[in-house]
Amino acid sequence: MEMKKPVIKSIPYEEFKDNETLEALVNELNKERTNVVVGALDDLINWGRSNSLWSLTFATSCCGIEFMSVGAARYDFARFGFEVTRNSPRQADLIMVAGTITHKMAPVLKRLYDQMADPKYVIAVGGCAISGGPFKGSYHVLNGVDKIIPVDVYIPGCPPRPEAILYGMMQLQRKVKVEKFFGGVNRKQSREELPEGPMIITNVPQETMNNKEKEQ
Amino acid sequence: MNITFIQPEKFREQMEYLRRERGMDFLRELVGMDWGEEGIGAVYMLENSETKENVQVATRSTNREAPAIPTVSDIWKIAEMYEREAFDFFGIIFTGHPDLRRLFLRNDWVGYPLRKDYDESEELNPVRMFSENVENDCTHTLAPDGTLQRNPDTLFDNNEYIINIGPQHPATHGVLRFRLSLEGEVIKKTDVHCGYIHRGVEKISERLTYPQILALTDRLDYLSAHQNRHALCMCIENAMDVEVTERTQYIRTIMDELQRIDSHLLFISCAAMDLGALTTFIYGFRDREKILDIFEEVTGGRLIQNYNVIGGVQADITATFAEKVKAFCKYIPKKIKEYNDVFTNNIITRKRMVGVGVLGRDEAISFGCTGGTGRASGWACDVRKRHPYALYDKVDFKEVIYQNGDSFSRYLVRIDEIMESVRIIEQLIDNIPEGDYKVKTKPVIRIPEGSYHATVEGSRGEFGVFIESRGEKSPYRIKFRPMGLPLVACMGTLLNGNKIADLMTIGATLDYVIPDIDR
Ligand code: SF4
Repeated sequence: MEMKKPVIKSIPYEEFKDNETLEALVNELNKERTNVVVGALDDLINWGRSNSLWSLTFATSCCGIEFMSVGAARYDFARFGFEVTRNSPRQADLIMVAGTITHKMAPVLKRLYDQMADPKYVIAVGGCAISGGPFKGSYHVLNGVDKIIPVDVYIPGCPPRPEAILYGMMQLQRKVKVEKFFGGVNRKQSREELPEGPMIITNVPQETMNNKEKEQ
Repeated sequence: MNITFIQPEKFREQMEYLRRERGMDFLRELVGMDWGEEGIGAVYMLENSETKENVQVATRSTNREAPAIPTVSDIWKIAEMYEREAFDFFGIIFTGHPDLRRLFLRNDWVGYPLRKDYDESEELNPVRMFSENVENDCTHTLAPDGTLQRNPDTLFDNNEYIINIGPQHPATHGVLRFRLSLEGEVIKKTDVHCGYIHRGVEKISERLTYPQILALTDRLDYLSAHQNRHALCMCIENAMDVEVTERTQYIRTIMDELQRIDSHLLFISCAAMDLGALTTFIYGFRDREKILDIFEEVTGGRLIQNYNVIGGVQADITATFAEKVKAFCKYIPKKIKEYNDVFTNNIITRKRMVGVGVLGRDEAISFGCTGGTGRASGWACDVRKRHPYALYDKVDFKEVIYQNGDSFSRYLVRIDEIMESVRIIEQLIDNIPEGDYKVKTKPVIRIPEGSYHATVEGSRGEFGVFIESRGEKSPYRIKFRPMGLPLVACMGTLLNGNKIADLMTIGATLDYVIPDIDR
């Protein structure tokens, strides 16, 4: 999972490269050794995938503006393969949750996530998406998106600097690079292997259910 | 601030009198209030758009179960939205309101959050992961016996072709949702849904101390971060009788104007992007970065600066500040010319903007659309001129006013305002006096009992802060005037009869920021 040396202002390269967690992950993955052919194919596919991650335009508040800056002239994430943002979840590989998620927005976010095609990734940008940020304790704010969707990378800050957002996005690239496409992520999981059962929503009022049935 | 209380029975009559005889045509704010024992009600702030005279009246009902107040939504158009908000937060029933639904919260929400006796427990309002019921297809009216009645399916009838735009849609500039009824490509009816980014700022603030609340104002309309915070600081300073130094006033005024340029540049970028001109987006952000650099050097923050504090500013300006600002003031006019060449004078831009979404002057006032939108409709609503604060009565600048009220005027107002802001900055930057950048305040800030109000001209309209204090460390009630809510309220008027593609143009040129609407 080496990477070409990127030139990033204001973060020393040594720190940038420092990735203990990911190293551990790679070691664990390669413990049993990999078949040369499959491994090479894996590398090729991951190289391709990690360098063309398209994100969904999903910005609810302040952090979204910084995300726009990252896409614009000075920071320009297209340099690293995040070419464009997509407005439709069907065409997106990753969702950058940039901003506060409220109670009213939570089901919408979940639905957008469900609409994305696999493999899909989530980056939580900013304090709000990570834990509720400055609004933690409000009656209408979700304290962290990881309560409803799985998160791959967290980028702290309020808002995070563009460099931090870029770093987070590249961290995701690395994560994609160490995936095992064959026999790894692309393998069908058996029922026993599922970490927890699917999310079952139990508090849907009867009225809503009736409406749903009527629609069908 | 003096508030006159009126009995609910006499309230309608008095309000009609104020509108008719005293010419109070601008409803600045409607603040829902829970006075505890004394009842639940609302404070109305009115202004005469000609004479700039202000009146504050309030009314309340002691019936906590179903506090009823007569509506004024037929007198001021914006009241319809404001009353829905007060209903949402306080459960005030506005009798005669045409459509009393919740504005921000889901319609299955339990309780009224801004009441003092609201139960915040998770069990009552868990995170509901299913979609809202389609109950929002009905209006609410009041039955003769005083109960709220639902009239199903009156908003849209079953034969209408309804499409949904948002909450996740690039043209809504955040998370706003529209439901449009179409006939072919023409929009017939519009229903706006807010609240997807309602963060409960006003309720949280009641638990925080004043310096802590400051941090939240930056995050309302993050493109008016300085001005928002300026308003709150000013309100608290006035209440505590703190006089800030001349130097602080200079710094604050310059920062406010830089922020305005920043916001208008973003406006141009995003408006252009919505119309498909990606080049201008890139140009706008390129120039915006220059301002962010200045902000970063002085305040340490790019987007959210947390700079103003009670009694002054957080840190003194740096040695190179003046030089950088001056360089920027030289730089930007050239770039504006570039925008005009690439975008403003482009035939497609003109075709899509000129004459689209016309908002008349009277409507703008009735809706309370301040800021660039109001001024594009010929209403001289600039707070910097109406109620000068900081140094705005000392500098010479022109209030940019256009008469047409269409999308193109709204666009031009912003372009011209950038130039005016540059002028203001140039007058001040060389004369920043020596002195303290912050006066000493008490370690624990308490505001004497009473009601206080302060407004500033934010990047997209009048931003107001209303504080009701009981003499404690935190406010009894704090209300921020959203700049964007009036803009969204008038969407229906602007959209109906236009093509659906014009939604992008109109939405973009109204220039609302959703977290500011939802708070
Ligand atoms: S983390 Fe901070 S900047 Fe980001 S959305 Fe939340 S409040 Fe805004």
